[in-house]
Amino acid sequence: MYTIQGKTGDWELVIGLEVHCEILSESKVFSGASAKFGAEQNTQVSFIDAGFPGMLPKVNEKCIEQCVKTGFGLNAKINKFSRFDRKNYFYADLPQGYQISQLYYPIVGEGYIEVTTDEGTRKIGVERLHLEQDAAKSIHDMVPGKSLIDLNRSGVGLMEIVSKPDMHSPAEAGEYLRQLRAIVRALGTCDGNMDEGSMRCDVNVSVRKVGETALRARTEIKNVNSVRFVMQAIEYDAHRQIDIYESGGVCRQETRLFDSVNLETRPMRSKENANDYRYFPDPDLLPVNLTDEYIENIRKNLPELPEAKKKRYIAELGLTPYDAHVLTLDKETSAYFEAAIVGRDAKKVANWVMGDLFAYLNKNGKSITESPIKAIDLGALVGLIQDGTISGKIAKEVFEIMAETGKDPASIVEEKGLKQTTDTGAIEKIIADVLAANMDKVAEIKAGKDKLKGWFVGQIMKASQGKVNPALANQLLDKKLGEV
Amino acid sequence: MSFNEQTIKTIANLARLKFPQEQEEKFMQDINGILDWVEQLKEVDITGVEPLVSVSPRESAIRKDQVTDGGIQTELMANAPESVQGFYEVPRMVE
Amino acid sequence: MTDLVNLHISEALDLLNKKEISSVELTKAHLAEMEKARFLNAYITETPDRALADAAASDKRRANGEALGALDGIPIANKDLYCTKGIRTTAASKILSKFVPPYESTVSQKLKDAGTVMLGKVNTDQFAMGGSTVTSFFGVTKNPWADENGEYTLVPGGSSGGSAAAVSAGLCMGATGSDTGGSIRQPASFCGVTGIKPTYGRCSRYGIVAFASSLDQAGPMARSVKDCALMLHEMAGADQFDSTVAELPVPDYTAALTGDIRGKKIGIPREYRPDGLNAEVAKVWDKGIEFLKNAGAEVVDISLPHTKYALPVYYIIACAEASSNLSRYDGVRYTTRVDGKTLDEMYENTRTDGFGAEVSRRILLGTFVLSAGFYDAYYTRAQRVRRLIYNDFIEAFKNVDAILVPAAPTPALSYEAFKNMSPVDTYLGDVFTTPASLAGVPSLSLPIGLSDKGLPIGLQVIGSILTKTRFSKFLKYWKNRQDLI
Repeated sequence: MYTIQGKTGDWELVIGLEVHCEILSESKVFSGASAKFGAEQNTQVSFIDAGFPGMLPKVNEKCIEQCVKTGFGLNAKINKFSRFDRKNYFYADLPQGYQISQLYYPIVGEGYIEVTTDEGTRKIGVERLHLEQDAAKSIHDMVPGKSLIDLNRSGVGLMEIVSKPDMHSPAEAGEYLRQLRAIVRALGTCDGNMDEGSMRCDVNVSVRKVGETALRARTEIKNVNSVRFVMQAIEYDAHRQIDIYESGGVCRQETRLFDSVNLETRPMRSKENANDYRYFPDPDLLPVNLTDEYIENIRKNLPELPEAKKKRYIAELGLTPYDAHVLTLDKETSAYFEAAIVGRDAKKVANWVMGDLFAYLNKNGKSITESPIKAIDLGALVGLIQDGTISGKIAKEVFEIMAETGKDPASIVEEKGLKQTTDTGAIEKIIADVLAANMDKVAEIKAGKDKLKGWFVGQIMKASQGKVNPALANQLLDKKLGEV
Repeated sequence: MSFNEQTIKTIANLARLKFPQEQEEKFMQDINGILDWVEQLKEVDITGVEPLVSVSPRESAIRKDQVTDGGIQTELMANAPESVQGFYEVPRMVE
Repeated sequence: MTDLVNLHISEALDLLNKKEISSVELTKAHLAEMEKARFLNAYITETPDRALADAAASDKRRANGEALGALDGIPIANKDLYCTKGIRTTAASKILSKFVPPYESTVSQKLKDAGTVMLGKVNTDQFAMGGSTVTSFFGVTKNPWADENGEYTLVPGGSSGGSAAAVSAGLCMGATGSDTGGSIRQPASFCGVTGIKPTYGRCSRYGIVAFASSLDQAGPMARSVKDCALMLHEMAGADQFDSTVAELPVPDYTAALTGDIRGKKIGIPREYRPDGLNAEVAKVWDKGIEFLKNAGAEVVDISLPHTKYALPVYYIIACAEASSNLSRYDGVRYTTRVDGKTLDEMYENTRTDGFGAEVSRRILLGTFVLSAGFYDAYYTRAQRVRRLIYNDFIEAFKNVDAILVPAAPTPALSYEAFKNMSPVDTYLGDVFTTPASLAGVPSLSLPIGLSDKGLPIGLQVIGSILTKTRFSKFLKYWKNRQDLI
């Protein structure tokens, strides 16, 4: 178990995450304005989103569907009855003076996400998923003394996914978030882009002495916008809390902000007005009643979820749990992988994807969808190794050329004449030359120093510029040594 | 009912209203009068009665996911007390 | 020409169709009457130019034999709660005193599509909160019925007091009103006109400044049941913008006005006759019961046991919803603004300056009943009692076709009397109207008799939800009764 060693003993962490996911839909959750990101200010706004007098919300069916889909992704209970409530507070990014949300009857109930870390696989509980509207954006640096309001984001559908306080290490929280992102991406319910703010995370952290069962006061860290920051924020704040306790102080429940430059959390300027959100059922909206047929129909048409895919990779393709995990983290990677393995050795393809391909993409700052090497070509490369056309070593060379030129491996091998030599006569000639030049070493082998065989193979490969099949070289080397 | 000086300040603040003390006291009196009158609801036996949220004759209402609105920046700004370049302008929200 | 301002809509349509009068003549007559009656302060905004243009267009349609709307050429007024595109819409408040909506409410659009000519926007209590039209930022509206000294000292009722006064004084042929807890029915009674609060969800609320969303309902006010039926037929119906509107066809209300009510069962709830009921109101109620008996209806005693709780339940729910609905008036997008150093200061300055005392009081009360620690004790409890009130009506309508009760506890009050009342006393004016509002059932208020001082007194006919056809059959009978007044 992950613990932090303090002066007074070992501490454990209790972590819960509240994740806001912007729903992928054409229009907003309660109006017909576009939900797309990045348009000119206040051009994707209806009078409804701007809270004009007499304007009324109407629910977008797509947003309901996306919540139900995500609910299945979280292995959660889909609630056939849900209802909207108003959360009342004043802020310039909230034109109605209330946010339409679901407090009392959320659309999705309890579920879990399976999370794998070094400590093994655990189910992290999900408390609920509810549907609500996003707030607007404010800009503070354009006009001195003023803030400017852009309502384009106002009313975009949001899923708020609340975990149980089930996580106990920064790594676990990070994995939970990665896994959640993989799920919504696989389902196409949220693009999961934390840097654009379409997925945002609030982190609740508290600490307690190992063995304690009660919870201590927690810190809520707002709007932490990357997996790494979430882990760093937890780490920092847990230590901060432990220091307070160990120096005789007491932590109080508070809201803090993560400073990603200095890697620390800071108290949010305490608002003079304590919040009392006065939730009550929104009288402008009727309850959402889902039928069994509707729910079943969504379930039947779900794409394969990362967890199921991972299990399939292990069971059917023989991948290690780690490889299966990495390859199912996002649907682009798994799609690439699955396109590459057709007719090939899946394990070998996995090695190439996670090894050379990831290294190349990382180095060049490209995503897998931008890869110059097409999945089918990477598969073909593995095929060329499999059928003995080229050696693994040559394959690396071919890979580099593929990345540079985007050409398929067969034509590269052809053009550059990289085909493995299978002509035994030619190979025997090379071996004979190598042995002749190194008679002293041959004598050592004869005297029983078998290990030198590897060295000879290396020399043979070098002399043939890697074009000799190593297995064949071994075999013929044995034969030649016997003849010497 | 305990709608006292502190309550009226807290409630007024939640509602973003602010009154001179004299008016505050008047409201406090009025609201205490109303709350006393409302006390009669305690006589009613509401055991097992579900709250009635809506009397709409409909079950539910949803709309298709289509972009049917937007592109009305000018109309949005037409009544604004202060706006600049298609933004609404408010006193600075952060330090 | 004075005749033109006393016609019923049904009569005017006849004359228009026979080409005996034109819409321009009708409109001009009303504009002239409006000018004479300005002292009543029924209108907040008059739109004579647009009215004359629309009237001329209507006449042209009629002359060319083009398709006509059901109310083509009829001059009407809209309560200043209905957003009208390009025409200032204030909700009788300071905070919206400069607001020119870039859109039209569904109901006023439907009336426009029916060919009506809008004369202007009529006064109301600020944000429809009140029963007197005294709380308007644009000054009080006077009841066109004079007191015993011939002075205009009486309130028109409210909140649709401008609508009621304008219809009563011949300043329009019909008007839209809105009813949250009696805001159509009580002023109709005070001003001697007819008004309908339809079933909740019959008319779209889209584009009508919201007071309490679970109760607000648009409705017509006019000088006869038939006129109200004609208007409601155009105002009602499904609307893609309002999730709470019934998706049902609108029946032909006027066709249902057969006048035959033989064998119909009319319920008289005993809870509406408390000790100390105003004797004049009781007398008119008895008179109404007599009328119905004579017409062959069966009058039965019924009980609506939770009636007395309707008023406090109503004030809790209405104020709670209002406190949230009025949060959008914050000085940022379309209201007046009073600056402040911080955002919160600007909010406070703008809202405190922009709302009148009654609105502020209701926002405070509503904020309180929703606040932490009080929500269950007040709001949830009120919603539970609301269900009991609703169930009372459901039970009653198993046995009766309609319910007959007074519309208001008194005839129109004077401003003097009104000014000296406590908030709770003023709220008591809604005692007979709030139960139907909470239950969502339709209710029509129509004048039945006069008080000793010669002031109109109305009764309400309450129907079961969306059974307007059955309900209306019985109403034809009343048309002639209006000749009393």
